[in-house]
Amino acid sequence: MASRAQRMPTSLRVASSLFVLLWFILAAFPFIWTVWGSFKVELDFFSIADWTNAITGERTKAVYGSPFTATGYHGAWIQEEFWRNVLNTAIVCFFVVTISLTIGTLGGYALSRSTYNYTFWLLITALIFRAMPPITLVAGYLLPFFEWNLWGILPTTIIVLVAINQPFTLWMLHSFFKNIPSELDESAKVDGCNQFQAFRRVIIPVMWPGVITTGLFSFLLAYNDFVVGATLLSESNRTMVPAVNAFMGTTQTEGNVMFAVASVVSATVPLFILVMFFQRQIVGGLTAGAVKG
Amino acid sequence: MRHKTFLWFFLPTGLAMLLFIAMPIGSVVMQSIFAPHPAVLIEVESCTPLVGCTTETTIDQNATAALRAEKPLGRFVGLDIYFDRGHLAVDEFRALWASTDSWVGFFSELGNLPFYRAMAFTLTFVAVVTPLTIVLGLIIALAVNALHRHLKGLMIFFSLLPMIVTPLIGSLILFWMVDSRGVIGSALVALAGDPDFSLKASTGLMWVALLVYGVWHAAPFAFVVFYAGLQTLPSDQLEAAQIDGATRWQQVKYVVVPHLMPLVTFVALIQLMDNFKVFEPIIGFNAEAHAQSLSSFIYNDLGGETRQLSSASATSVMTIIGVAILLSPVLVRTWRDFKGAR
Amino acid sequence: MFLKRVALAGSMTAFAASAGYACEIGARVSIVGNEFAAIQAVGAAAKECSGAEVESNLTSEHQTINVAGLSGNPSEYTSAIIANSSIVALMNEDVVRPLNDLVAKHGGDLMPSQLIKIGGDIMAVAFMANAQHLMYRKDVLQQAGVEVPTTYEEMLVVAEAIRSQGIMQNPVGGAYKAGWNLAQEFNNMFLGYGGTHFKPGTAEPNINTEAGVNALNMMKALSEYMNPDFLTHDSNTTNAEYRAGNVAIMNMWGSRASQQTTTEGVLEEVKAGHAIAGPLTVGGGSIPASTLWWDGWTVGKNISDDEAEATFLAMMHGIRPAMLTEETLPLAVWLIKGYQPTPDAQGVFDAAKMRTTPYPMLPYMGLMHSALGNELADFMQGKESAEQALADVEAAYRAAAIEKGFLQ
Repeated sequence: MASRAQRMPTSLRVASSLFVLLWFILAAFPFIWTVWGSFKVELDFFSIADWTNAITGERTKAVYGSPFTATGYHGAWIQEEFWRNVLNTAIVCFFVVTISLTIGTLGGYALSRSTYNYTFWLLITALIFRAMPPITLVAGYLLPFFEWNLWGILPTTIIVLVAINQPFTLWMLHSFFKNIPSELDESAKVDGCNQFQAFRRVIIPVMWPGVITTGLFSFLLAYNDFVVGATLLSESNRTMVPAVNAFMGTTQTEGNVMFAVASVVSATVPLFILVMFFQRQIVGGLTAGAVKG
Repeated sequence: MRHKTFLWFFLPTGLAMLLFIAMPIGSVVMQSIFAPHPAVLIEVESCTPLVGCTTETTIDQNATAALRAEKPLGRFVGLDIYFDRGHLAVDEFRALWASTDSWVGFFSELGNLPFYRAMAFTLTFVAVVTPLTIVLGLIIALAVNALHRHLKGLMIFFSLLPMIVTPLIGSLILFWMVDSRGVIGSALVALAGDPDFSLKASTGLMWVALLVYGVWHAAPFAFVVFYAGLQTLPSDQLEAAQIDGATRWQQVKYVVVPHLMPLVTFVALIQLMDNFKVFEPIIGFNAEAHAQSLSSFIYNDLGGETRQLSSASATSVMTIIGVAILLSPVLVRTWRDFKGAR
Repeated sequence: MFLKRVALAGSMTAFAASAGYACEIGARVSIVGNEFAAIQAVGAAAKECSGAEVESNLTSEHQTINVAGLSGNPSEYTSAIIANSSIVALMNEDVVRPLNDLVAKHGGDLMPSQLIKIGGDIMAVAFMANAQHLMYRKDVLQQAGVEVPTTYEEMLVVAEAIRSQGIMQNPVGGAYKAGWNLAQEFNNMFLGYGGTHFKPGTAEPNINTEAGVNALNMMKALSEYMNPDFLTHDSNTTNAEYRAGNVAIMNMWGSRASQQTTTEGVLEEVKAGHAIAGPLTVGGGSIPASTLWWDGWTVGKNISDDEAEATFLAMMHGIRPAMLTEETLPLAVWLIKGYQPTPDAQGVFDAAKMRTTPYPMLPYMGLMHSALGNELADFMQGKESAEQALADVEAAYRAAAIEKGFLQ
């Protein structure tokens, strides 16, 4: 793609760069603001008295003598042992992504290659399933899960998240597989492969951009999930977002918002590493094979 | 692909969906047409700390227990809950229809019924946010794709931030930023030139804020999908178009967009659905006074001290039906593509 | 969650101090409840029992899971910690057992006022109380030259004085966020005007009355002195405003009194000027415009008698007088023998002394609360009349009550 960028007229390149810059500010500004604010006390973070306090840290200075404090981080990670919740989230995310992608790839591939009418109706059914608000689904799980002693443990949550996310995964992978010419696996079959071998030899090597992208969304779903984790996990198995919610307090009790903010900021670090790691896969993949030397 | 092969490929995912989505949906439908038995009330003396005893009403469990044992599903109410005031409000609708003589009067009175008011917001949200998300996502994808290789990864990460930061915190931060004394709020006050300008006190401005948030939050999704799609764009097609002397705009219109079309359909489907279920921004911005949606109804029904399962179920079923109606044009298109591709 | 370790440490010292007091149980105990620091302390103290496992799941989502978790046989949980608003959900589903015999056998340490009796059966044991009452800035009131109000009518005068002297633009604070909070403020005001939510002995709504209209008009009058965003302000937001020095007077939860001055970064003048008083009355009534709340524990019905006894013993251990230590004392207004109210708890005690009405413990009150929360915002925004808003509430409530079988 770099070759195309080089051919761009200057005016368009400037406009495009400006646009990226503008989007960068829009997308990142609230987060950067939060990172900055996470080293302040609550009153500065909300900065009700004067919005510039959030930058200068007036109240933080009054309490700690310096405009920065790591109390939020210390409180969340050491006092409240937030790392336990991070660990639980890591387990949930890992298994949700692996299982979703495994069964979703198989299903999505089958849907993209079968030409019978029922594939269409299966896709539509999956879509209708997705219309169901998760909060109602979860309310329905409670009684049977308690009855069968499945409530409160991580595997239950993982399976539920996988199932809830399947319609999305199927649709997305189906769209990606549609883009891979079916002549590829047809010719493999002519060479004597069965369907599964054709899938393994031909599709798996070129499917990564689609799978990585789908995996990214499965990951984000599991990572950001509140409803399922909060209602189906016991306190000792709690994942990150319900734990953050617990820091926030309720109507009648005080929380500690700065613990919550520090937790959220620090939980973004592994994601940063992950995206940086996988961006090659998103950028690479198909193009590498398709671009003519 | 043969039926049997298809079955084996599809079995794991199909089973997961059957067990954890299809069956719960079945029970939700049942719950929406059965309601709890009439409660037998009795008056008893009840005592509480610091105050003493008073006469209070409670449920006579012995009288109710027999009824429950006999019919555990509850009493059959058919579609009554769908038609009651909290939902479609058929009676109230009919009364209004008969009593008002102008359209304006009719619609303003209709706005007093929670379901119709929520629909007004929900449909506005769907109609505005969906197309804007797609267009914005596409432009970002094209622009980022033209960036230098080393910048791309960084840009992908920062573009994802609106999706990554959990709405629990993300909306809290934005809530304070748009406060009339927050950083964005102050800027708006300066722009408006009115010191009393407050976004959160006005229904119209709150709607705008929710719409902007909706686009901001969903754009990364569209961006990533389109960006991944752009990576599969065969460069020979583009080169052929260039040789034919196509302008950049024509290349985008005739080569890039058609190539991305299946993904556009996909993003549109998902966005239509998610926007119809709009919920998080309303809670995050504390905007319940200004905007409601079907999903926030469900949240209210299940979140109160007394959980209204039947009402929440009925609203959920209506959400599904609503989504199906909304998606039908896209689905018809998908059906044609499907037939055409065969 | 917040202060959890502190609470845990506190109860450990309590245990050391009362080494003679052992807790020996013979069957499993499993507790579900909210995650207040005070409840965490009770849960931690209950866990000191030996002989069998004591588990706890303290989460803000407890209301979503407690009915399902107490159902089934045997049920997952043996005890649910609830408040007077949420016990009705458990009683409606018939999942908690009467405690009469257990109290007679093991309840020697309990004060009679801790026993929640419904129709002769003890259904719960209360251990802490809460109420909304006045919090104000004595320095600001002094500067404005006004007395501390005792009625809402006086509060309006105070607010006008502060505003007209240019001390603060929006001196009144209030958790008026549309939904649960707004409905709660209406309940306070409505009870203060002498209203009753239902016709006696029935589930028929009774709020579209003079008391209801008066309550709404008073709320509207107060809101004129609030930040224009008041319909988006919950109690967290309101307290943030108070600590930033933007609010001089408000009706706030007693459980939050101690943090008004101890939160990091609170302005010095707020720290120095903060004061509390009992709840206000309104419209010449003698009953305060507030509600009294308690938190307590129940024992599940769908468990064996041994488990019930073990649960009772463990929970009794959790709220024994010796668990009140320096760490746990400020966490709540405790209803435990030997508790001496801290200065921060005075507002709640004043509320009780003034015979504040308890939050109605009725099977259908939750439905009314939801209906109020959904329908009152229109009136507060000036979009409809008080009568229309109250009629809407009654209609919304009626639809919900018919669904739940309370009305035909």
